[in-house]
Amino acid sequence: MSSNPVITARNLDLTFETNDGPVHALKDVTLDINKGDFVSFIGPSGCGKTTFLRCIAGLETPTAGDISVNGMTPDEARRARAYGYVFQAAGLYPWRTIGGNIRLPLEIMGFDKAEQAERVGRVLELVDLTGFDRKFPWQLSGGMQQRASIARALAFDADILLMDEPFGALDEIVRDHLNEQLLQLWARTEKTIGFVTHSIPEAVYLSTKIVVMSPRPGRISDVIDSPLPRERPLDIRDTPEFIEIAHRVRDGLRAGHLDE
Amino acid sequence: MSIKGIIPALTVVGFILLIWTVAVVPMNAHLTADQAQRDGLAMSPEAPRDRQEYAGLTLAMKNPAIIPLAYTLERPRLPSPHQVASELYTTIFTKAPTSRRSLVYHAWVTLSATLLGFVIGTTLGILLAVGIVYNRTMDKSVMPWAITSQTIPILALAPMIIVMLGAIGIQGLLPKSIISAYLSFFPVVVGMVKGLRSPDGMQLDLLRTYSASSSQGFWKLRLPASMPYLFTSLKIGISAALVGAIVGELPTGARAGFGARMLVGDQYGQPIVTWAALFGAAITAALLVAILSLIEKRTLRRMGMGAV
Repeated sequence: MSSNPVITARNLDLTFETNDGPVHALKDVTLDINKGDFVSFIGPSGCGKTTFLRCIAGLETPTAGDISVNGMTPDEARRARAYGYVFQAAGLYPWRTIGGNIRLPLEIMGFDKAEQAERVGRVLELVDLTGFDRKFPWQLSGGMQQRASIARALAFDADILLMDEPFGALDEIVRDHLNEQLLQLWARTEKTIGFVTHSIPEAVYLSTKIVVMSPRPGRISDVIDSPLPRERPLDIRDTPEFIEIAHRVRDGLRAGHLDE
Repeated sequence: MSIKGIIPALTVVGFILLIWTVAVVPMNAHLTADQAQRDGLAMSPEAPRDRQEYAGLTLAMKNPAIIPLAYTLERPRLPSPHQVASELYTTIFTKAPTSRRSLVYHAWVTLSATLLGFVIGTTLGILLAVGIVYNRTMDKSVMPWAITSQTIPILALAPMIIVMLGAIGIQGLLPKSIISAYLSFFPVVVGMVKGLRSPDGMQLDLLRTYSASSSQGFWKLRLPASMPYLFTSLKIGISAALVGAIVGELPTGARAGFGARMLVGDQYGQPIVTWAALFGAAITAALLVAILSLIEKRTLRRMGMGAV
């Protein structure tokens, strides 16, 4: 692994003040993410995996600690278009066509019309949706909508792709297919990907690095560097190496629970 | 509306017409008996004062001869459906639209005030909603006043508005339009505030990840997201605007408009005229709402939300 971190977090704390008193969403989180890594965050609800992703994106502000993205603060990195964000729901605007939805960030960022059209065509091809640019979201299946939302996040060429349980609402067959496609896309674009998930097989199958988190307070309980090769057919999930990593992730999750 | 939607609607209309038709006899029984007696028919009981002792239905049972006559009184207490229909037909189709006897003429007088008031009210409503959504102070201060404004009976307020505007020399169309606007801005404010706030946290976060400006958020997300809410409000608003224009015609003794026709019918004992004006107003409101529904359907379909 190269030691070229694009995201560094040092002793990150985040406490939400709620009516029921303070909630420690993140406690003492320290992590490096290298360029080109595919990092999964896995853990039960309330472990802070989504919160950490939102901190990277500058959508939440840590109460203590340091975080930098490409050597900048998350806010600066956002203005420099450092990342694209994919949410749990596709969140496509129903009044815009698929092409119109992908153009949305491009319009906001001020790309000219010709460049917008060129980029829409390119990212639709990347997510295998060529020819769907004039369709409206409701005309597409859930899996296709989520692919369109990934295309939208890719459209402005951010180096980092942050994905918050993007396939959580989809059935397993569709999810397998999208996982495979996501790996191909990652190989082609050499992006750095941060990926939040609930699913152990998904995390092991996709990641070069698996971050196991545990709740109350949200913290990192294990970081696993995957020995699996970058090229991964779906049936790699039946190999002993795969099962061994999955086992270690499960142990990490269980240990987090025993702490309570 | 589809055929499936029309059948229940027609059933309801038919039911109302039936009750109305049946009610004509007891409602008009006493007037009809008086008239029949003057025309030389024998009535029982003979003295008009004694007849007052009886309910209309009983009186009609005792004197079945008056039942058909109840439907053709010149000045009935309750006009029959065919009398209203024939008055509507005569005043809409057989008079020149420029004549004071034409209901089309009166409809246009009320409609012009309605449309102007609707435009003023809708514009005001949208501006207030934008202010409420984007400005904390307006959010806290405007909404309670908007709600309070609607608790004042418009019948009490309308004469004051007309008189005060008259005192500073504003007469005619504008005072009525202001009453229309007063009634129609409210549903637009409520609907648009809800509509502009309808995008969820995720959609707003998405724009934040693009570092979108506040005005980009308005034009690209909040405004289009509010369209279905706007149309619902517009449909309520335009019928409220029509009511406002009519109410605006009542206190001043206006010479033209649906309100004037209703007053004339009332004051000169011509209920058929009043009823025809009422129905004219109802038909106008239905047409206005239908036009808005059509625009709504076409707009939302073009926006890819046709399935809504």
